[in-house]
Amino acid sequence: MHDANANRAAQSFALLTASAVLVNPVGLHARPSVKLTQCAKGFAARIEIALAADGPWTDAKSPVKVMRVKAPQGATLHFRISGPDGEAALAAMLALVHDGFGEA
Amino acid sequence: MGEIQVTGHPASPGLAIGPVTVLTTAVASRTARGDPAQEVAALKAAIEGAALELAELIATVRGEAAEILEFQIAMLQDDALAEAAYDAIAAGAAADEAWRTALDAEIAGYRSAEEEYFRARAADLVDIRDRVLAALNGVDTTAKISGDSVVMGDDISPSTFLAVDWTRGGAIALAAGSPSSHVAMLARARGAPMVVGLGPLPWSGRPPSLALVDGDAGTVIFDPRPETRRVFEHRMAAANAARIAADAGRFEPAVTADGRRIAVLLNVAAPEDLTGLDPAICDGIGLVRTEFLFEGTQGLPGEDAQYAVYRRILDWAAGRPVTIRTLDAGGDKPIAGLTIDGERNPFLGVRGIRLSLARPEVFRVQLRALCRAAVHGALKVMLPMVAVPSELDRANDMLDAEFTALRAEGIACARPPLGIMVEVPAAALCAEDFGAAFYSIGSNDLTQYTMAAARDIGAVADLNDAGNPAVLALIARTVEAGRKRGVEVSLCGDAAADTRLTAALLATGLTTLSVSPIAVARLKAAVAGVST
Repeated sequence: MHDANANRAAQSFALLTASAVLVNPVGLHARPSVKLTQCAKGFAARIEIALAADGPWTDAKSPVKVMRVKAPQGATLHFRISGPDGEAALAAMLALVHDGFGEA
Repeated sequence: MGEIQVTGHPASPGLAIGPVTVLTTAVASRTARGDPAQEVAALKAAIEGAALELAELIATVRGEAAEILEFQIAMLQDDALAEAAYDAIAAGAAADEAWRTALDAEIAGYRSAEEEYFRARAADLVDIRDRVLAALNGVDTTAKISGDSVVMGDDISPSTFLAVDWTRGGAIALAAGSPSSHVAMLARARGAPMVVGLGPLPWSGRPPSLALVDGDAGTVIFDPRPETRRVFEHRMAAANAARIAADAGRFEPAVTADGRRIAVLLNVAAPEDLTGLDPAICDGIGLVRTEFLFEGTQGLPGEDAQYAVYRRILDWAAGRPVTIRTLDAGGDKPIAGLTIDGERNPFLGVRGIRLSLARPEVFRVQLRALCRAAVHGALKVMLPMVAVPSELDRANDMLDAEFTALRAEGIACARPPLGIMVEVPAAALCAEDFGAAFYSIGSNDLTQYTMAAARDIGAVADLNDAGNPAVLALIARTVEAGRKRGVEVSLCGDAAADTRLTAALLATGLTTLSVSPIAVARLKAAVAGVST
């Protein structure tokens, strides 16, 4: 019983990773950063971004930290997500980037 | 005080005339100071108060302005911004000191960013910093600015900008600033002319009372003579009428009244100038200034960083020719660690190609980056301040050597054609003697060296006239040399955008003019009115 619960927890908290290229004109700048963090805050999952597959990882719910990444246009944005609604969070994040944050 | 003209960078087009208001940034320091718990509470309250003020301000604006303020609010509401300040308070610092130090560190991070866009965000962080400081110290730092004045300062914050009613015809003139700043975006959206990068302002003591701001050319004239003012007011009236007609013809090719096709190229000071611009408005890029790459605080740019920027510009041009000028430092463009300090007369000193040849280790890096970028489009490279053919020959040899070395390393590269800027009278007089792949006339320096009159010395500014017959004769002579040698001649100085000179320039035989993006529509309209 105890083990089964632990397994379920581990399953639903599987680490999801994906990446997408920033296509909007000036990269992850002010408006996209705000959109990204607002979207991320809508999920319970822990959501992190990075410019390289091996990090360093940045909390996608903090606009201050996201702006510090200074991700330029053409950069590949990597996502690392874990949490109960991780799948939905990942889909939402990727849709935002692919859509150029509504600016492309 | 006499008339003074200062040149910076255009950030928002248009002409304006108005009384000068100098921005003061007096933030009183806090006298009272409590224990760490009280200081934390004071800072928290100040941050919340600042966010509340911004939320109230948002209610009064729309669109882009609202989004900029939403960004500031999002930053203020993020605890990560004040984290370092809270740590400092716990270690005994006062709330205002702690906040200022934390935000200054954050601001420094933005200022050192590689991308101009992120550097420009520093102004937003300064705005946030000062708004919270004002809340902490209980003073209102935003002086009342009248909407018909020319606002002057080092830089201006978005909230100061938004507090002014710009429909009354005012303008902005900044010693520092950036065309990519939020304020510049707002100024363009609201039609407020703006010039940035004017440098240290040329007076001490009492500021001038009146200023003419030319947001198209990037110039400001202080305390104009009555005649200068009259001419300027006439231009303002004409510009209003012309703008409406010209905007429609932006995408049409430039053709004179008698059917001569004129190529219109763009002058680009940074790749951000091209943001949001449709390449269909031009026939290519006639001048990419590369100084911006060297002006950061991170030292001289590496080969990869330069290559990335050059490639981005070539990608934008989508096959149209792009002329990139090698570093033109020295003169009025000093670069730390590169140019020579304390020259008695820097305009006649080690600048342009002279500096590049004196510092081959820096020049080689740029030549390598250019050879690598050349595979991505129709790249041409030009050398500034060339006076004698041997300078071009030495640069050609260095370019050959770097191209050969890259090829030997198996790195994708091409050998771009190498041309010269014609801006020294010696080069104009003997243009035929240079084995240049093309000539590009730099009318600003050619005028000042021909007339021996600087643009920024008010007493001789009227001598600094690109339309003077002597300057036009040198231009015509260069065009003739190009015709004889079968190479292209273009002109890329401010004279190209001065539509009063268009007829005279085309009369010299010039068929290619290069101007800042903002001037394209106006130039095309002027060309259509010329019969050659």
